[in-house]
Amino acid sequence: MRRVVVVGYGMAGARFADEVLRRDPSVALTVLGEERHPAYNRVLLSSVVAGSMTADSVRLHGKDWAADHGVDLRLGVTVTGIDRARRVVLIDGEEEVPYDALVLATGARSWIPPTDGLRKPDGSLAPGVVSFRSMEDCEQIIDAALPGTPVAVLGGGLLGLEAARGLAGRGCLVTVVHPVGHLMERQLDAGAGRVLARSLGELGIEFRLGALAVEYVAGDGLVLDDGSRVPAELVVVSAGVRAATEIASDAGIAVDKGVLVDDALRTDDPRVHAIGDCAQHVGTVSGLVQPAWEQAAVLADRLTGVAPAARYRGTSVVTRLKARDIDLAALGDVHVDLDCPDHEVLCFQDPARGRYAKLVLRDDFVMGAILIGAPDAAAAITQLYDRGLAAPTDRLALLLGRALTPEVASSPADLPASAVMCKCNTVSKGQLVTAYRGGATSVSSLVEATRATTGCGGCKDAVCGLVDWLNRADGRSSGDVGSAA
Amino acid sequence: MTDSPGIATHCPYCALQCAMTLTDGQVSPREFPTNRGGLCQKGWTSAALLTSPARLTTPLIRRCGVLEPATWDEALDLVATTLGELRAEHGPDSVGVFGGGGLTNEKAYALGKFARVALATSQVDYNGRFCMSSAAAGGTRAFGLDRGMPFPVEDLGKADTILLVGSNPAETMPPFVQHLRRSNLVVVDPRRTATAELATLHLQPAPGTDLALALGLLHVVVADGHLDKDYLAERTTGFDEAWQVVAGWWPERVERVTGVSVADQRVAVQLLADAENAYVLTGRGTEQHASGSDAVSAWINLALSLGLPGTRGSGYGCLTGQGNGQGGREHGQKADQLPGYRKIDDPAARAHVGGVWGVDPDDLPGPGRSAYELLDALGTPTGPKALLVFGSNVVVSAPRSDHVADRLADLDLLVVADLVLSETAALADVVFPVTQWAEESGTMTNLEGRILLRQRAVEPPEGVRSDLDVLRGLAIRLGQPEERFPVEPEDVFTELRRASAGGAADYSGATYDRLASGEALYWPVLGPGSSPRMFLDRFAHPDGLARFIPVDHRGPAEPPDAEYPVQLTTGRVLQHYQSGAQTRNVPELNDAVPEAYVEVHPDTAARAGLAEGALAAVVSRRGRMEARVRCVASMRIDLLFLPFHFAGSGRANLLTNPALDPTSRMPEFKVCAVRLEPA
Repeated sequence: MRRVVVVGYGMAGARFADEVLRRDPSVALTVLGEERHPAYNRVLLSSVVAGSMTADSVRLHGKDWAADHGVDLRLGVTVTGIDRARRVVLIDGEEEVPYDALVLATGARSWIPPTDGLRKPDGSLAPGVVSFRSMEDCEQIIDAALPGTPVAVLGGGLLGLEAARGLAGRGCLVTVVHPVGHLMERQLDAGAGRVLARSLGELGIEFRLGALAVEYVAGDGLVLDDGSRVPAELVVVSAGVRAATEIASDAGIAVDKGVLVDDALRTDDPRVHAIGDCAQHVGTVSGLVQPAWEQAAVLADRLTGVAPAARYRGTSVVTRLKARDIDLAALGDVHVDLDCPDHEVLCFQDPARGRYAKLVLRDDFVMGAILIGAPDAAAAITQLYDRGLAAPTDRLALLLGRALTPEVASSPADLPASAVMCKCNTVSKGQLVTAYRGGATSVSSLVEATRATTGCGGCKDAVCGLVDWLNRADGRSSGDVGSAA
Repeated sequence: MTDSPGIATHCPYCALQCAMTLTDGQVSPREFPTNRGGLCQKGWTSAALLTSPARLTTPLIRRCGVLEPATWDEALDLVATTLGELRAEHGPDSVGVFGGGGLTNEKAYALGKFARVALATSQVDYNGRFCMSSAAAGGTRAFGLDRGMPFPVEDLGKADTILLVGSNPAETMPPFVQHLRRSNLVVVDPRRTATAELATLHLQPAPGTDLALALGLLHVVVADGHLDKDYLAERTTGFDEAWQVVAGWWPERVERVTGVSVADQRVAVQLLADAENAYVLTGRGTEQHASGSDAVSAWINLALSLGLPGTRGSGYGCLTGQGNGQGGREHGQKADQLPGYRKIDDPAARAHVGGVWGVDPDDLPGPGRSAYELLDALGTPTGPKALLVFGSNVVVSAPRSDHVADRLADLDLLVVADLVLSETAALADVVFPVTQWAEESGTMTNLEGRILLRQRAVEPPEGVRSDLDVLRGLAIRLGQPEERFPVEPEDVFTELRRASAGGAADYSGATYDRLASGEALYWPVLGPGSSPRMFLDRFAHPDGLARFIPVDHRGPAEPPDAEYPVQLTTGRVLQHYQSGAQTRNVPELNDAVPEAYVEVHPDTAARAGLAEGALAAVVSRRGRMEARVRCVASMRIDLLFLPFHFAGSGRANLLTNPALDPTSRMPEFKVCAVRLEPA
């Protein structure tokens, strides 16, 4: 039997195990996890910080998962080496775990900026400083995040803003310190960044943009490069991550920003694979769940033999801010000017209402978009982007996210004779008028003559309105209508 | 024809079974809780078929390739002789039987008995497999029993919020819409249908992604703090396992897969959670998929998470489609069932039914092929060599219908009983002309599980016999004692009551007299009572608890690609019913909608070189059909819609994908990959 060993029991490793078991429950699977508890859904940690999810509810596997599926799951172990010649993984410096195929899903670690005071001399984080990456981080943040607590968030990227929103929701006094001039600069242009900052500001979050923290003073706060201070009893560091590649590089496997893999998710050792945040595929270390899960599926296809030719071709990235009361989606290349000759760029800005929409098209196809406060458009444009569909020619409807409803005739006079008024019985305005002219001048006699209104009854008002209009045209009083109806 | 004036009856079409009065060959609506005095155009014109020139009045036998009139004895003798020869040579499973969800309870029961006893074949199934099987599978595994709506339809009128998934009652059962008017209506449909137009909120998922949407809504229920934990603890089991999957479907991920915005997901859940009384109702749109059973389970899980099922004034239900789509799935014309909604592989069920039928339970056949698998096997070395079809028009209504026609052509004998020469009857070797609704008595079980008696109102035309009469004629010729196959519907019903006694769908206490007196009888009917509202105290599983079923999204079986870049979904129009065999023969209905059309986004039409009204070809891996272009601005740009009521080159089912649900064996009618081009 083939022995597949997975290093890492996070979102990528757990998903890969699920995908393998779904295809072939008989594979001998060993999963090595560094943390002591079952895998959890890292994407939902910001919901845990916000208080809408509990630690229990974001677990990916129940405690009996390994036993139920015959998986050799080892928690709280550290991989100390890989002997590729003998095809064994060394754990905790003593035990050897043999493999036929090895999958590295070691993930990434928070990057801590070299700001004075964030770390203790031994390299661990100083009191009051926490990264935002693991369940332990979350628990630490929640413990400290009492209402009224001043909190500084280092980093105005996606995760930092999700944490900031969650903490503001808990009643903390949140300041986001971001070294660039606008928020989420990787995904947003400056205009969108301003709209986002304004919307988050209305939720009570303050911003120090284009500012660098130079020192953390425990119990006091951050000192910025302009000399100003940000009070903080808690500093949440969300300044980016770095792929965890040491195990691979120590074993002599080629590594750049991440562990280098090809379309088959193989490293330069064909028996060793890498997926998720630790992997670098065609220059990209994604750090997102969607690519990790797609890679897990492809690799499971290959290693179980279900689809030995399966290839991973990259994932189109849609960034979606998970923050209550803020609806933000960004995708593709948005850094294109309005007057760019080979692109069509649409832009709508309504900062007072927290709305910003920018759409970049090329030959009718979506190349990039930013949508803030436009949930329908965000959903619709994401579908066009993901499915490679040409955008509808009605660009205004596209920016609104739905087809414009045709104008409703305000008076029966404006309806064409062919307009069907009673759908249940296919009765047109023309038929009703003909029946009226034939002597059915009250609602009840029209109903009898044409069966209009006798199905669902939804057209009753419209038919009454028609009779009213015809009566008025004929000089009958509306009193006649009432008695007739 | 001698008409009895003013006979109270019910409409011959859908499962709402609108009450009507038939007077001198004219229909008028009748006040009743279901239709509240309403009738749609189909109901109003239903009497037209009683006197239609399209009506068959003599048996037909194919001679030298042409169907020619024959006597009843000739036709019955020919069929019985051929069936006898096939059985002798190839065994009993060489004969198949295909029933329908429009047949009365009595006919459905007699047909199943005829197959199992007179033919001893396991090869019996029916078109309800294409209709209610996913809902039935989902309901049964959640609640231990499947009654489409386990509450009276008028309860809906008091609801604050109704979530209606994949159903378009404004076209399929218009008078039903009256029950939706008071509520906040949330409609889930890839198209902006007439029903979606009535909605407070319309969620428009990409076709084949509604399961993901259901998972996402349940996720939001939990994230937004609406989980009914007391109800979960007292009345359900299995939430934790279901949640393991649902936890992975956070709203932003669901938006990306379904196209339904996170904001709308939240509003939908809020509307349900804020409601004092709320219902989740599903229809074919979410059920007719290769993952249809799981989709139903996902919607039921959502309803359970909010504490709706088995709670007075709230609940889950499916909207049954065909006239007797409920009763038709209970009385033994389904491949795996015996009367009373019993399982055919259950020894106790076999013993009970064998006892009622006076046969050795060991002689009863086991489960047979499901509908599409049965049709797919016809005329193949291991499949049936003869097929008897009652109340179904499979060359129009089955998926991949050209292939089905090929299979029928390879049969030694195709026998069809119908009231008009349907497209399937036109291919038959022998056709039996049979009675229709007003010409015969019988019971129908409507969408709420209420048993309705339709009394004979008019004399059938000369030369026409009831299906019960046909079955008896064949059974006797196949050597059965004649008392085993009674012709009087009430006699059959009396036997059905005994056969169903003790089963899930227990009719033992229902009688024609009680029904005729106007008593409202919802099954199970044991003794003098009735069961309008089920599950208020306990669900039907032995422990009394409802089950959360862990299900995951799989997506369409046939995703679009470069060659077939758009998706097709199929459905109904108000003026037609099912394969259209009946309604296309009603001039007023056929004049209103005479031919197939394809709904398409104007840009998609223009890119295919097509304008409004042009004749388009729609092509899938399985076939090609033609339809008139109707540009609809609210359509998704990657979606086409075809109604499936039309014949010949207008058949939508030439294109549809017979990928089957692993549990219910439902084909994936509702989504396949196609391309659009000028015809």
